[in-house]
Amino acid sequence: MIALVDVNNFYVSCQRVFEPKLEGKPVVVLSNNDGCCIARSAEVKAFGVRMGQPWHQIQDFAKQHGIIAYSSNFALYADMSNRVMTILSRYSPHREVYSIDECFLGLDGIPGDLTELGRDIRKTVLQGTGLPVCVGIGPTKTLAKFCNHLAKKRPQFAGVCEWSKLDAESQLRVMQEVEVGEVWGVGRRLSSSLNKEEIYSVADLQRADPETIRSRYSVVLERTVRELQEQPCIELEDTAPDKQQIMCSRSFGRNVFTEQELSEAISTYAARAAEKLRSQKSAAGALAVFICTSPFREKDPQYSKHVVVPLSQPSDDTLLLTRAALWVLKRIYRHGYAYVKAGVMLLDLQPNTAIQGHLFLQSADPLKRACLNDTMDRINQHWGRGMLRLASAGTDHKWKMRQVHLSPCWTTRWEDVPKVR
Amino acid sequence: MKQILHGLFAAALTPSRLLLPVVGNKVPAGFPSPAEDWAEERTDLNQRYVPHPETTYFIQVCGDSMTSPIAERSIPNNAMLIVDRGREAKHNDIVVALLDDEYTVKRLYQRGNRLALLAENPSYQPMVLNEGQELGIWGVVTAWIMEPQ
Repeated sequence: MIALVDVNNFYVSCQRVFEPKLEGKPVVVLSNNDGCCIARSAEVKAFGVRMGQPWHQIQDFAKQHGIIAYSSNFALYADMSNRVMTILSRYSPHREVYSIDECFLGLDGIPGDLTELGRDIRKTVLQGTGLPVCVGIGPTKTLAKFCNHLAKKRPQFAGVCEWSKLDAESQLRVMQEVEVGEVWGVGRRLSSSLNKEEIYSVADLQRADPETIRSRYSVVLERTVRELQEQPCIELEDTAPDKQQIMCSRSFGRNVFTEQELSEAISTYAARAAEKLRSQKSAAGALAVFICTSPFREKDPQYSKHVVVPLSQPSDDTLLLTRAALWVLKRIYRHGYAYVKAGVMLLDLQPNTAIQGHLFLQSADPLKRACLNDTMDRINQHWGRGMLRLASAGTDHKWKMRQVHLSPCWTTRWEDVPKVR
Repeated sequence: MKQILHGLFAAALTPSRLLLPVVGNKVPAGFPSPAEDWAEERTDLNQRYVPHPETTYFIQVCGDSMTSPIAERSIPNNAMLIVDRGREAKHNDIVVALLDDEYTVKRLYQRGNRLALLAENPSYQPMVLNEGQELGIWGVVTAWIMEPQ
């Protein structure tokens, strides 16, 4: 048996833990640069505000209806997510953290009634973190996910739904009632092509012939069908595989025109990407840089460029990777455009212990560099991100993203801890 | 053999591997340490005061409602509270509670049907909850830290 535990309206719920006055009020959390709504409280959903809706479209409406907006505070969300995942690891040795707010738990061999266990999980997470979760329990990951959907949408389950507790008749009924697009791994595009073959509901997909599905669609969808038929096909991944590529990119808070400002951004992103690279003990064999103007401003002249360069030797060195990134930028930068976004991507990742020596390359002493990077990481971990950086990253960062509605980092900064009377 | 050196050196830099006094470490030369068999892990504030880091939060006191004439019960202004949300609140615990959409730190009084929040400062009135009024407990205060003023 597998459980899927998922936090309700995660980002909004995190904000509410530390600001009780938000309880019962309509709250949205905005994406980077305060662009779109990426989390909505139940009250906001009831107003018909869509996921991903641009904030400027609904700003007036929000004022009228007292919708409270927050900039995304990922330092807070990451910490709260960690807390939830740690609590969940008490319940099973097999845990797959699926996303920032979702986690699969392997429940095979766990004694006792699983619905009771689900209720205990809900109570313990709520008490320990203030975050409401729903639990779906099923014989496969896909059914656990489906039960989670039921637990969330149907009040009669009170937040916990176990597949095997439903009798055959109810199982069929709920599958008929839910659209096929809600099934894990079936997106909007796939569901519209399934609709053409008269597969509308979850029940329709569950009844489909797996072989036919494989030949018409893919092995992936075949597995989904089998999983809906209670046949486990997707295993629990206890250990997250190392990332195959590392990306650091942001939209700017305002248009950027000069090469100087773009260099600062690229240097900042390259350093952050290199830091992530070292934390998973990898080295990059290639690096990509991209810059682009806004496709939404159709009248403005458009330019976007994305260039990948192989490195002569795989590296995890901030100095070297930054130099390479700035070298690329110099070659792709064009004067006279309003840039809105830039990024650095590290590719061809490999373990940093197995770096082959280079016969002709006269590089800096690798031992000294490893030591320097390690020291830099430790200083930044202790004193805050970006405290120690290369001069090319600049200082005043006027291009930095807008976060007008940012809440305090309640749990990660001493100066931001909550106050009580 | 650059690559091997690279690995070795990076590993030796990790401070945690240098700091932990591992019991039973062999002394490579000279007289064996007479303390070896008695080595223990160093006392750790977190181990004692934050046994459940995943449910523990820091909250700062702002005001004098918990300053008391009894020295050992007094929580001064600006004290940093260590609050465990995982603990079940019971009578006489110091709690962070939710009252009129605001957080407050008070001593919990819970006897029979009577529920109240008590300030340590005698000049503050006890807040007695009426029948049917709900009290939200945010967490239980397990310790507080005060820096010298």
